[in-house]
Amino acid sequence: MTGFLLRRLALALFVLVTISVITFVLSHVAVDPALGVAGDSATDEDIAAIRAQYGFDRPYLVQYAAYIGNVLSGDFGRSYLSGEPVIGLVAERVPATALLAFLSIVFALALSVPLGVLAALHPNSLLDRLALSLAVFGQAIPNFWAGLLLILVFGLNLGWLPISGSSSLAHFVLPSITLGTFAMPALMRLVRAGMIEVLDADYIRTARAMGLKERTVLWKYALRNAVLPVVSLTAVQFGFMLGGSIVVESIFAIQGIGYLAWQSMSRADMPVIQAIVLLVSMAYIVLTLAADLLNAALDPRLRRAS
Amino acid sequence: MTVFPESDRVHQRHWGFLIGAGLLGVAAIVAIFAPFITPHDPFQQDLALRLKPPFWHEGAEPGYLLGTDQLGRDYLSRLIYGTRISLVLGLGAVLISGLIGITLGIVAGYFGGWIDTAISALITTRLSLPVVLVALAIVAIVGGSLTVVLLVIGLLLWDQFAVVARTATMSLRNAEYIAAARAMGTSRLHILVREVLPNIRAPLIVVATVEMANAILIEAALSFLGLGVQAPLPSWGLMLSEGKNFMFFSPWLITLPGVCLFTLTLAINLMGDGLRDVQARDR
Repeated sequence: MTGFLLRRLALALFVLVTISVITFVLSHVAVDPALGVAGDSATDEDIAAIRAQYGFDRPYLVQYAAYIGNVLSGDFGRSYLSGEPVIGLVAERVPATALLAFLSIVFALALSVPLGVLAALHPNSLLDRLALSLAVFGQAIPNFWAGLLLILVFGLNLGWLPISGSSSLAHFVLPSITLGTFAMPALMRLVRAGMIEVLDADYIRTARAMGLKERTVLWKYALRNAVLPVVSLTAVQFGFMLGGSIVVESIFAIQGIGYLAWQSMSRADMPVIQAIVLLVSMAYIVLTLAADLLNAALDPRLRRAS
Repeated sequence: MTVFPESDRVHQRHWGFLIGAGLLGVAAIVAIFAPFITPHDPFQQDLALRLKPPFWHEGAEPGYLLGTDQLGRDYLSRLIYGTRISLVLGLGAVLISGLIGITLGIVAGYFGGWIDTAISALITTRLSLPVVLVALAIVAIVGGSLTVVLLVIGLLLWDQFAVVARTATMSLRNAEYIAAARAMGTSRLHILVREVLPNIRAPLIVVATVEMANAILIEAALSFLGLGVQAPLPSWGLMLSEGKNFMFFSPWLITLPGVCLFTLTLAINLMGDGLRDVQARDR
């Protein structure tokens, strides 16, 4: 277990360092940070002064070391536009995005687990075909278009739900459905495939032969085993959602990090963009690491395999 | 060597594959012959003909089958040219990402050892990067155009090619015909390209369909956010973005491009699912 743990942690660290290099290049090499700090009306002398003052004239390696030092102490720089510390700007937007991602995952699981189980119980039935068709549709539908259609039908025509902003829970209904639809197909396929495999296993046959109630067999024995890979995928999907929510947040004007990222990009506010990319990647790394360790703890075979 | 080794058997049995391939074929024909089948110039503005509805609505303008947009441009013509953009983008991005991903995957799977460790770490790194965010950031720096978007998406979407190529290569690294080629003194490059690649083709084609649909959806999302293909090009994503301000009174401005986008990605996904089904059956 220790060997597995160390290897997995080393990988996570490597990925973190590589991504920090990428975000450093995005914010310090690909664009001139002195221009961003100086603003549009700055003269050449101003820019040169800022370059010296902030140390943007030092070698990139030195700048990168300083960048890492700052990031480790929680300093992600200041926004070019507002001049406020980036970490505060991002932090105040995290709750909305976290809530959106959480509700979307809940929606996706609420749809995919029962459907996947039912489909697995009756393979090739009408229900199974319907479930698979739903997955195919969910996979192919552009989520921003789905969002627009939901706005058109439930917001504008029926007037049931608010379509813009994030001030109440009702504001999150349409966005969560939009984003959850995107995560549903993969989860449902995995639940279905896992259940079909598990239902075929010897211990299920034994449980049934012993005369256990079908409901007990299903929910207590089969689903518990089938759900293992679903835990990892849910973690992965949650990470994707933090990054993928940018489109949904911009459609529904949800004041989360995706909306902040979009606003910052339209104005080339690199410190904010760089911080968001880094933080979303970190969240993904931590989530997948946690899922891998959880799975390894639950299933000894995985520890030996890698 | 045929591109779709299973297609002879697929088309007799698999309706999903057939429908998908049919729709994709229609899209390809529309894209190739776009200049000959568009009733109007897709860029020609006519402010007197703004926001005319499609033919099934009252007040439709004769000659403008699917109505006009907010600048009076013929919507059907723009949708037809949009097919071109989506297909070129999808194919181009998959060519780039396939080349990168398959190369990395085969090398990692064949050589193993520290090379595999290094490439696997690279794959994990790529998976940890939020694609849409990074693509948007790069486009924000470099500036949006079809070429930039195609390159950025192509350089980002190689992870699944690499994962699948690596696993498939590992499973046949010790096959007898590979050992035989090695014993004959065949060069490594020859083994990888001529022996390994053709034998892992089937799962890679499935990945290609998934990633092509993905690339098309990402382009549409980037263009929708204003950081992708730039106006006045008729990208479906951009048309959705332009139309959303008028969607209450002119809903076709967002329903039509969305239907096109959805149909195209659905067609590609159906083909991929069909191929996967047949492969699973053969195994």
